[in-house]
Order: sequence, then structure tokens, then C-alpha cells
Amino acid sequence: MKKKPEPVQVIKQRRDTALAQLVAGVPYMQFLGVQFDRRGDELTAILPYADMLIGNPMLPALHGGATAAFLEMTAIIELQWVSMWDAVEEGQTDQSQTAMPKTIDFTIDYLRPGLPRDAYARARINRSGRRYTSVHVEAWQDNRSRLFAQATGHFLMPPRNG
Amino acid sequence: MSQDVSIMRAQQFIAALPHSHALGMQVKDIAVGRAVIDMPYDLRFVGDPATGVLHGGAVSALMDTCGGAAVVSHPDAGISTATLDLRIDYMRPATPGQTIVAEATCYHMTRSIAFVRAVACDDDKSRPVATATGAFTVAGKAAP
Repeated sequence: MKKKPEPVQVIKQRRDTALAQLVAGVPYMQFLGVQFDRRGDELTAILPYADMLIGNPMLPALHGGATAAFLEMTAIIELQWVSMWDAVEEGQTDQSQTAMPKTIDFTIDYLRPGLPRDAYARARINRSGRRYTSVHVEAWQDNRSRLFAQATGHFLMPPRNG
Repeated sequence: MSQDVSIMRAQQFIAALPHSHALGMQVKDIAVGRAVIDMPYDLRFVGDPATGVLHGGAVSALMDTCGGAAVVSHPDAGISTATLDLRIDYMRPATPGQTIVAEATCYHMTRSIAFVRAVACDDDKSRPVATATGAFTVAGKAAP
């Protein structure tokens, strides 16, 4: 017999709790103030503007290093989120034991200066093997179609149990 | 200009970059087209709390700053630069607790592009933590 669907609030709360745990566990994400917006399984990373993110005070423009870190975080969280999704759907919320993917390489394209406002990013997993994955990340500010940076990275995935 | 003065100038330049300042970066050495910048270990920059290893993003920020410093220390660079692209290869996790030192060299410069290589190490200088290659913009010369 098919199980009765869970109430929507229960599902949402479980997903949000799992995601919040993932983000709260990384000090550097807290330091930069990175947050995540979730719609179903789609994540959008948000980097709220802060003065300490500026690299060129004369323009002013976001520091390339802050942008690079933001994109790399977006890629890593996406990888962890996708690999824990099934477990979360089955009712597990404790993801504190989730091992992290290791960045092998990360290439950032700076398409235009990062403006002193909030930035957004989404990651797409282009290839997901047992050990290696390739992830592309796009970042924008005011207009979704006007990217200010994009990146491609390769990651070594932690060994899966079972 | 003596070496101390140029290090001091470079240090002032880096200190004026709010993000580099927030990450505690210090200029250790500067020469024509070359910069050495370090970033002391800080618990706020950790990427994996289970191991205490720094986030790759913090190392990227150091590489980017150091690359930019190597470009502006070049006499043909102009006063400012911006990163066009940067590729970082992570060789191994940085040892928790140790300062990361990055050394960047601007090995070629055209009228519009500066090409940069960088290496980052912790206390074990024989095994780099990460290497980077990047292209940076060269500020246009003002018309005479």
C-alpha cells in the first residue's frame, strides 16, 4: 500500500534543516555571510554585500578572491546537497557526518567587475562520476542574464558508504 | 627606492583593499613583477570543521591578491589591475594552524594583459598547497 504523503510543512522543514546544517558547519561561509535560498531541490547561493568584500576601493568592486570563494562554496554545497538529497527525503536530517568533496582545481572567469551589491550563484553538475565530478557555476547580480563571473571546478568525492 | 620602502608601499596598497585586510594578508616581499604575501591561519577561514583545514576560497583570495600585487609591482602595469581569469590547482590540504605564504610572478606582460603564476605553501616549502595561473588586465596608459 502506498504511504500517505507527508504534510508539506514537514517536508520543507526537514529539507531546510538539512541545508541549514550544511551551511552552518562551514566557518568560512559564516565569515563571508553566504546564505542559500531553496526552491524544491534548486539552490541559489546569496552573497549579501558587505564592505569587507571590496577589493578595489576606487571603483568600488568586489574582490576577485571573495567572488572565487563564493563560487567554490556554491559548487561544494551543490555537490553535498545532491548527494544527501535521497537520505533527506527518506527522513534523515542529521547531515553532520557528511564528508566533504575536495577541490582538485577551480577556474574562475571574471566577466565584469562585481558591483557593491548582493551577488547570486547557481551550480550545475555537468559530470558526476563515482570519484570525480565536474561542476559549473554562474554568478550574477542585478540581471540573471548578465553574469559577472563563472567558474568550472573538478572535485574528488568522498567514498560512499555501502 | 629601497626594498623596505617598496615593501611598505606594497603593504599600504594591500591594506587599502578591504577584503585582503579582512583576511589578515601581509606583504612579505616585493620586487619588479614579483610579490610574496602571507595569510596567518584563522579559525574563521576554515572550510572543513572536521579537519580544521582552510577553505579553498581563502587560498584563492590569497592567490588573487598576490597575483594582482605582482602585476602592479611591474613598471609597465599602471596603478591598478583586475583579474580576467584565475585557475587554482589544489595539491593537498593546508596543514591546520600554519600560515599560508603565496609567491606570485608576473612572467609576461603585453600592452593589455599580464600573465601570472603563483605558488602557495605552508611550513613545508617542499610540497606546495596550491598553484595558480592567471591573466590580469593592464591599465591603459594615459595619453601624453
